[in-house]
Amino acid sequence: MSDNQEKLTENDFKDPYEYGFETEIDSDFAPKGLNEEIVKFISNKKNEPKWLLDWRLAAYKKWLTMKEPNWSSVRYPAIDYQDSYYYAAPKKTEKIESLDDVDPKLLETYNKLGIPLKEQEWLAGVAVDAVFDSVSVGTTFKEKLKEDGIIFCSFSEAVIEYPDLIRKYLGTVIPRTDNYFAALNSAVFSDGSFVYIPPGVKCPMELSTYFRINAAGTGQFERTLVIADKDSYVSYLEGCTAPMRDEHQLHAAVVELVALEGAEIKYSTVQNWYPGDENGKGGVYNFVTKRGDCRGNNSKISWTQVETGSAITWKYPSCVLKGDNSSGEFYSIAVSNNFQQVDSGTKMIHLGKNTSSRIISKGISTGNSSNTYRGLVSIHPKSNNSRNFTQCDSLLLTDNCSANTIPYIQSKNINSIVEHEATSSKISDDQLFYCRQRGLDEEEAVSLIVNGFCKDVLQKLPMEFAVEAQRLLSVSLEGSVG
Amino acid sequence: MKNFLKIKNLSISVDDKCIIKDLNLNINKGEVHALMGPNGCGKSTLSNVLAGKEGYDITNGKISFSGENLLKFSPNERANKGIFLAFQYPVEIPGVTNINFIKTALESNRQYNGLDPLKPGDFLKLIKEKAELLGISDEYLKRQLNVGFSGGEKKRNEALQLMMLEPSLAILDETDSGLDVDAFKIVADAVNSTRGKKNSMLIITHYQRLLERIQPDIVHVFINGSIIESGGPELAEEIDKNGYERFNNA
Repeated sequence: MSDNQEKLTENDFKDPYEYGFETEIDSDFAPKGLNEEIVKFISNKKNEPKWLLDWRLAAYKKWLTMKEPNWSSVRYPAIDYQDSYYYAAPKKTEKIESLDDVDPKLLETYNKLGIPLKEQEWLAGVAVDAVFDSVSVGTTFKEKLKEDGIIFCSFSEAVIEYPDLIRKYLGTVIPRTDNYFAALNSAVFSDGSFVYIPPGVKCPMELSTYFRINAAGTGQFERTLVIADKDSYVSYLEGCTAPMRDEHQLHAAVVELVALEGAEIKYSTVQNWYPGDENGKGGVYNFVTKRGDCRGNNSKISWTQVETGSAITWKYPSCVLKGDNSSGEFYSIAVSNNFQQVDSGTKMIHLGKNTSSRIISKGISTGNSSNTYRGLVSIHPKSNNSRNFTQCDSLLLTDNCSANTIPYIQSKNINSIVEHEATSSKISDDQLFYCRQRGLDEEEAVSLIVNGFCKDVLQKLPMEFAVEAQRLLSVSLEGSVG
Repeated sequence: MKNFLKIKNLSISVDDKCIIKDLNLNINKGEVHALMGPNGCGKSTLSNVLAGKEGYDITNGKISFSGENLLKFSPNERANKGIFLAFQYPVEIPGVTNINFIKTALESNRQYNGLDPLKPGDFLKLIKEKAELLGISDEYLKRQLNVGFSGGEKKRNEALQLMMLEPSLAILDETDSGLDVDAFKIVADAVNSTRGKKNSMLIITHYQRLLERIQPDIVHVFINGSIIESGGPELAEEIDKNGYERFNNA
């Protein structure tokens, strides 16, 4: 029968990377390479106080003595850290007052990405802090948030406007020497976002930041710091796409979350950076350190991520459950296609009493990719009556991809309970045929089955993100069933 | 329409083994045909081939559906052109709700045929109406597709999809198996209610019991991949009484 059928080939489905365009904007480059002078250049460019320059330099000196980690499953050619630019900002000399002052080409880029930096955002309940390359160029609704005492601004701005908060919290969750990439970020971070929610305030809207890597050959070193003061609540969304290019791009972000007593932070990410082409050429190296500190009693931090992009993903959004009765959550969907490599998971460090953590990880592999869940659950001796539940499911779509689950479980408290469940499965021909017999084409069938597989995690995303995430899943898996 | 489905000199092999040999079958629009045969006679092979499942080698013959060469169409095109297969063993799809699956299928169907999607309210009304006929509760509609369903529940679900999609040719593959007496009646009557001048049915079954409630126009005895004898409903009654022995010896 197959002889008579016009079979669709994979090529019929493959779209070039949807957001693979590059805007021509003159960038204000620091010279190539990395040394103390570059660190000083960056700090100077941003008019930083001396203590922050010293902080950067200390990180840089430590970084020089550190070795790039090689314990994960990802493999890539050696990175030449001297062959990259460490600072690029859209050419601007004056401070931006409104969107009218923003380079029209920049706005065009945002429009292509579907980022509405407009008043409609207010109606949709979203405030956008758009990060273009390394410098924040426009922050929306800051004024509205200010009425509640909420601070939501670029990191550089926070350094100038709120130095006490920055000095008090910077590096307290992820020390500047935490790991190789965090140290690098600490030395050369360019910009990022800063959020502070005052005591008792529930942030009235989802705060969101869209990142975009743009200037050719520029590593991105974002730094995000979110502080939720006592009994406050904030939901933060981070989503990103990157233009197509051939050489690899290094991205080493640091995200620190601090939840004080009774506070809750929900941090959601949709990551869609350029994954490289179907032969494994190009793509972003995503080496990210994300950690949340449940510092106060009864605090809660929840990470939700949908990872479809990047050639290499190396990230482990973690929770340190310091406060008694605090809880941490990690909900993850990681898709790998073609030659993408994912080594991702979480760490749940139980220190306080009656702490709880929940991990739901869904890995979807296709093409020739490899997809590893690596997670640590650690219950310390004094962490009485603590609980963890972990569920790791892998779905494989082709014969050439691989999925691994590597849980590390350390329980040093006899009253605590740790549960781990793991499954791996393949989409069966029978499932596909069943869907197609009901009228769905192959792409729709795969998309439906994959979305079903990811349902537990998709449900955790804020509504507007869930829709985007579902679309992303479909796009990422196009032509993936051979 | 005459020869709505026309199978001519069809031979099918799987792994070089001939399963269906020189089969001829014509179904006119509005007719209900029953294909009866013992286990392992190639009944499910035929239904799979009609629906477009891969893995079968068509060594000879033609199938036309509504005047078109059916074999050139993909499984989803065939479905959207009006062929519905009620599976003998419906698959489970975790995380996808029953109702969402049916909605997605119906939308694909309507889109293919140039119709706008039903308004959510109209869809809900329609599915509730059909579900009620089958004794299917709202809670059941929200469950994950066939996950943890009993054999009978899965068959009811197939019947619900059939009623929602309103195919022009429904192929029922052992729909009666796995149903207890009460469920059997409900499902059979519901399926029977979809009969009309505009649609045809091919009922593939081992036993006569389904045919008591969905009376066929023509019964075919299908043994070792060929139709040995065709006749009216009385043929089914004879098989019920005497089994397939007479035909095996033929």
